[in-house]
Amino acid sequence: MSDLVIDTHSLRKEFGPKVAVADLTLDVRAGEVFGFLGPNGAGKTTSIKMLLSLTKPTAGRATLLGRPLGDLAARAKIGYLPEHFRFHEWLRADEFLNLHGELYGMDRAARGAAVPRLLKLVGLEDRAATKLGAFSKGMLQRIGLAQALLNDPALVFLDEPTSGLDPIGRRVVRDIITDLRQRGMAVFLNSHFLSEVEKTCDRVAFIRGGRVLQTSSLKEFEEEAMQVVVRVGQPTPELLTGLAQFGRNVALEPGDGRVRLTMSDEAQLPALAHWVVQNGHNLYELTPTHLSLEDRFLQVVGEESDE
Amino acid sequence: MAAILIIARLTIREAQRRRLLWVALFMGLAFLLVFGIAFHYIRLDIERQVTAGDDITFVSLLLLTAGLYAVNLLTNVVAVLVSVTTLSGEIESHTIDAIVTKPIPRWQVVMGKWLGFAGLVLAYLALLVGGLMLIVYLRSGFLMDNIGRGVAMMALAALLVLTVSIAGGTRLSTIANGVMTFMLFGLAFMGGLVEQVGALIRNTAAVNVGIVSSLIMPADSLWKKATVYFQPSDVSNPFELGPFAAITEPSSLMVAYAVVYLLVLLALALRSFSRRDL
Ligand SMILES: Nc1ncnc2c1ncn2[C@@H]1O[C@H](COP(=O)(O)OP(=O)(O)OP(=O)(O)O)[C@@H](O)[C@H]1O
Ligand SMILES: [Mg+2]
Repeated sequence: MSDLVIDTHSLRKEFGPKVAVADLTLDVRAGEVFGFLGPNGAGKTTSIKMLLSLTKPTAGRATLLGRPLGDLAARAKIGYLPEHFRFHEWLRADEFLNLHGELYGMDRAARGAAVPRLLKLVGLEDRAATKLGAFSKGMLQRIGLAQALLNDPALVFLDEPTSGLDPIGRRVVRDIITDLRQRGMAVFLNSHFLSEVEKTCDRVAFIRGGRVLQTSSLKEFEEEAMQVVVRVGQPTPELLTGLAQFGRNVALEPGDGRVRLTMSDEAQLPALAHWVVQNGHNLYELTPTHLSLEDRFLQVVGEESDE
Repeated sequence: MAAILIIARLTIREAQRRRLLWVALFMGLAFLLVFGIAFHYIRLDIERQVTAGDDITFVSLLLLTAGLYAVNLLTNVVAVLVSVTTLSGEIESHTIDAIVTKPIPRWQVVMGKWLGFAGLVLAYLALLVGGLMLIVYLRSGFLMDNIGRGVAMMALAALLVLTVSIAGGTRLSTIANGVMTFMLFGLAFMGGLVEQVGALIRNTAAVNVGIVSSLIMPADSLWKKATVYFQPSDVSNPFELGPFAAITEPSSLMVAYAVVYLLVLLALALRSFSRRDL
């Protein structure tokens, strides 16, 4: 028994000549929030659909919660918010949640407790009796999220859960995800809002052209490369060559006398400061900044795009 | 198995919410009203002209059969119309995605929908047939023998058409499915006519065309079988019943064939939906 909630090996999906997912190999651990990032058409939705048996993989194998794809016992512990979040519009919000609760096999008492709780969680408690046909896009997405959490899932797939939400709604979703993680549930998150991913995810995978380019934990990112800005009174050529021993890409900003460099080890910072002062420079500023996830995304995914 | 019932109930609730049930009910009552008025006045006329009891009964039989013919057509068309969008529409709109990812086998979704629509269609058939019989009985005291068996044939035909439309919906777009189902229905109808004419003028080729078409789609043969039950056994020349009569009686084998046809098609529909990409 491993603690992997998702474990895939070379999953592949072809639609005729079109390869939507070329090789999906990744694992997601129990209790982890996993961000699945990539440009439009990268194969994110197709990957989720394969994992949920909405579409059949052309090749490869995978397990969810330790069970083969399509296993009903595993599905009972999985929640899913589809990318298109279209639901039966002639149902009222509470009827809709009740229906999906029934499909999860929840008894009347369990549904009676879960439905009002989830309506409140997604901020729709006043709309219980409204037909879904009268819901706005963001409200539909909220009720869809409530639907995905009905069964207290061990693993939730959220395909762009905030694409239609206002800033408050996005905040709500972020809090929900954080809460899910605290309760030990795993979340598989597709999103284009990288600042949100940055705040909620433990690990991310970058995918393009149906291939996983890189999987890393956000912690690793933080410990990895950082940008350092050094500002001294009078930058000299000797300063620039001297700084090169601490990092790469040393460059003098035109105009304000700031020097930028990329360092990989934070522990080097005091030594750098010491060296600058020892060599007779007046140190006004020394600022380490980490690459944002967006920078990282553009770096990993963007550079070789449009092939 | 619980999922089948959940989906069946959902199907009926959708028909209710979309006002399908009420429109169908209202139009059904309008149909019965028109039939009742027509029956009343024709009866009045006949009673003035004809005195022989047998002949008066025959007129009741003829009119009731004509009414049943219309009901058969109506229920078949309604069966197609209510079910033709159900699977393809939900696949196209992606409402099905959140349903089939629940811990239920996919075939149960199809089975539940079939069951829900079958209930609706059969209830509709029962309402219209019951209404016709009641009107005829109240006005003339005439009760058709064997009507149960005949209506069973009509019910089988309606379920057959329903199954075709559900099965088509697992793979075809709504519009393609509608065209296919109605064309099949039309083909069977035309084949039935050709067979009648062929039997009348003793043209074997025409009869064979009819037989082949009823193998492709047995709904029309079932109606013919029903009319055989509706005709009293002592009618000497079945052609007296006009276009509603069966000149050639479909064999019991044809009924068995229709049942097998339905079951196989339903099984194919369950399988086809279970295997497709959504
Ligand atoms: N049913 C289908 N038939 C043919 N091609 C498809 C089908 N579904 C997806 N594709 C193709 O597969 C590729 C991946 O699509 P997918 O929806 O998985 O992208 P995505 O990463 O979710 O993109 P987005 O960020 O825009 O949602 C695309 O090139 C798309 O055109
Ligand atoms: Mg997508």
